[in-house]
Amino acid sequence: MDNEKLKRELFRPSKAAKQERRGKFISFSALALIVVAVSAIILFVTMKGLAAFTQNHVNVIDFFTGRDWNPSVKGANGQPEAGALPMITGSFLVTIFSALLATPFAIGTAIFMIEISPKRGAKILQPVTELLVGIPSVVYGFIGLMVVVPTVRTLFGGSGFGILSGTLVLFVMILPTVTSMTADALRSVPRYYREASLALGATQWQTIWRVILRAATPGILTAIVFGMARSFGEALAVQMVIGNAALMPTSLVSPSSTLTSVLTTGMGNTVMGSLQNNVLWSLALVLLLMSLLFNLIIRLIGKKGAMK
Amino acid sequence: MTAKTWRRLIIASVIGILTLTAYTTRQVGHAGESVTAVGSTALQPLIEAASEQYTSEHLGTFISVQGGGTGTGLSQIQEGAVEMGDSDLFAAEQKGIRANTLVDHKIAVVGITPIVNAKVGIKNISQADLIRVFTGKVSNWKQVGGRDVPVVILNRAQGSGTRATFEKWALNGQQSVASQEQDSSGMVRQIVASTPGAISYVAFSYVNGGVQPLSIDHVQPTDRNVTTNRWPIWSYEHVYTQKHPKPLTRQFVKYLESHEVQSTLVKQLGYLSPNEMKVERDAAGHVTEVK
Amino acid sequence: MNAKTSNKIAVATLYLIALIVVLILLSLLGYILYNGVPVISWHFLTAPAKAFTAGGGIGIQLFNSFYLLILSMLICFPIALGAAIYLNEYAKQNWVTALIRNAIEILSSLPSVVVGLFGFLLFVVYFGLGFSILSGAIALTFFNLPLLTRTIEDSLSAIPDAQREGGLALGLSRWETVTKIIVPAAVPSIITGVILSAGRVFGEAAALIYTAGQSAPALNFADWNPFNISSPLNPMRPAETLAVHIWKINSEGIMPDAKAISSGSSAVLVIAILLFNFAARFIGRRLYKRLTSS
Repeated sequence: MDNEKLKRELFRPSKAAKQERRGKFISFSALALIVVAVSAIILFVTMKGLAAFTQNHVNVIDFFTGRDWNPSVKGANGQPEAGALPMITGSFLVTIFSALLATPFAIGTAIFMIEISPKRGAKILQPVTELLVGIPSVVYGFIGLMVVVPTVRTLFGGSGFGILSGTLVLFVMILPTVTSMTADALRSVPRYYREASLALGATQWQTIWRVILRAATPGILTAIVFGMARSFGEALAVQMVIGNAALMPTSLVSPSSTLTSVLTTGMGNTVMGSLQNNVLWSLALVLLLMSLLFNLIIRLIGKKGAMK
Repeated sequence: MTAKTWRRLIIASVIGILTLTAYTTRQVGHAGESVTAVGSTALQPLIEAASEQYTSEHLGTFISVQGGGTGTGLSQIQEGAVEMGDSDLFAAEQKGIRANTLVDHKIAVVGITPIVNAKVGIKNISQADLIRVFTGKVSNWKQVGGRDVPVVILNRAQGSGTRATFEKWALNGQQSVASQEQDSSGMVRQIVASTPGAISYVAFSYVNGGVQPLSIDHVQPTDRNVTTNRWPIWSYEHVYTQKHPKPLTRQFVKYLESHEVQSTLVKQLGYLSPNEMKVERDAAGHVTEVK
Repeated sequence: MNAKTSNKIAVATLYLIALIVVLILLSLLGYILYNGVPVISWHFLTAPAKAFTAGGGIGIQLFNSFYLLILSMLICFPIALGAAIYLNEYAKQNWVTALIRNAIEILSSLPSVVVGLFGFLLFVVYFGLGFSILSGAIALTFFNLPLLTRTIEDSLSAIPDAQREGGLALGLSRWETVTKIIVPAAVPSIITGVILSAGRVFGEAAALIYTAGQSAPALNFADWNPFNISSPLNPMRPAETLAVHIWKINSEGIMPDAKAISSGSSAVLVIAILLFNFAARFIGRRLYKRLTSS
């Protein structure tokens, strides 16, 4: 009898084990919730985005290679003019250029903040960068319109609206995000890496270049992906300075457009379920696929560059 | 029970009691009286101002006025998701809308004028030249009597009511060339004011010192010329409802059409009242004189 | 070139880069504050907005911004924390986890107008929440979860494994180790993540236009019963935030002082974020001390 009781006592899960199970369950449900949310939105965009091809019979190849965007008009071949190539090109160009421009600045600043002058970094740079993340994109766009566009116009000619202005505005916009995430990545490199390297006689720069940056590569790549994601998905600010014309960019200062800028301007003016509206959702789907592509590329690079 | 559990229990019950008290002491009686208007951002300020006046006179009613664009307004009223759909266009002009299922209420008339950057150097343009400019056949302002500045065309977004009206009545139905686009009047005005050689079009109420409105064939863009249709570039601002709207919707639309709103708010916001018009226009564009 | 010289050159370059970035960022802030601060007055901060006459304020919008921020953080933070804990502490590092991570990151690149329309069709129309703070907060949750989850996960993974081993060696369960040791140690960088996403909430416009709406009905600040429609606390009322207000007056505003209001609002937004950052840092530091030293 007593044996039975003892056995029960011993086999009963302890309080900590119960807590453990509960904790695991709670955190798992949080993740499950996110997965549900993500799949819901991805499914939603995919379904809406495919409607133009399945219901309105827009030719997929024409969509990706066509250069005329005027979905309410039928083109010469009897198909609606829904060529998204100009926007795809525009989105690609501004995203890549702004990331190329922002990355060295962001990494440099982050290194400065963490490795070279942590005090000044923490006092000035960090608060300023965090402050700028919260400025609405309308304000960025407005400043771009007042300052960047006229400057570009006087320096490079044209109307000032175009890829270059878009890139510059996006550069400033994503700089805070990339910088502060890069700084986090550098901060999480264990201290003994630095100590070991310095003890081996390496200079500060050698330590930074050969050890810290290598160790932080995955984190830095995440930062860049997020920065690119932001410039990719940014609409209001870019729309104000890029000119928003569905034309193939012929130079860095010719008016062009991005997927998001066309999407945002068109969404409110079209009727849900109509062809004009469906092709806009197709643009959103393209956006989704392209960010998937970006992600994969960056991950591949990250795998190669990471410290073994 | 430990002190911690007690504390939690007490906090939980305090919150519970507070919520319950709040719920039981809430204002009851007008719970169902709320309607939503969605659509045209151009019309939003007017409806919003009118709804503020209306709800302050009829306590307990609640009118939520949102923008979202003409397309959103019409699709949502068609779906029955909202009570009022604000539109810059006749429902029949918008693709994908079954106009006969909706009831049209013309709340205001808006005149639209071409505007150019002040340094272009012209104040008048012939309609033929205007069409040539917007169809891309003129690349420099000196070809139509202005200064030596390249033409920069700025359009409203495809599907925008202002653009549709402008293309229909100023360009005689011709489509503008692919060009820069913006989706709001404020941005258009801002860009035209700051970009050399820029041309676009806005509603009369958005014209200010920074931009130069153009006369067409020496007809000036004035309210008076709109009422007689000498200036043909104008459109109605519509509020669409379902065929059998809620009582509050019906009353509010009636209020919008009343003399009280038409003679004050409509004017103050820079619109014309449909009552002043000496002509009438239908969805197909036929103009008839009002007797 | 020997190692010492190249070290000097590199460090000098880093100084230069940091200086340029500081200059860019400060001039941006300076531009906003210089244009906006002269507009700010007590009246401006408290008065309701005017539709078409001069002299409107941003009182309601300012309150809405804060309320929406708090509400969306209440929904968002626990989910992000839980998910980050699971991803970092429990999940096996296999392709499923990698897939989930990728999906989360992709979500963050969706333009906010798509998130807004998704929220509009699903919450506003389908679930019948209407244009309300609640719809807005849920849409922002969708928008914010990726960044927040990712930053929290990063800050958790930055805690050395020695701490985990220490906790387990003391006989604590994994969950206890996480909640009592790892999370407290990660508080400072979690706070950074919260501040970053709070900034996005403050500055977001496109996702809110279709969900929280763009009208700010008059509020009765004497009525704090959340079930009344004119109460500031009612989560079911439409609520235009400051960023949406800036967007609105820039696009279709016809009040004569639209430009002044827009610059003033931007400056207020910057100052509000500044205050929020200070508060969050302060609370974070207190929390960190309390959780780690006692």
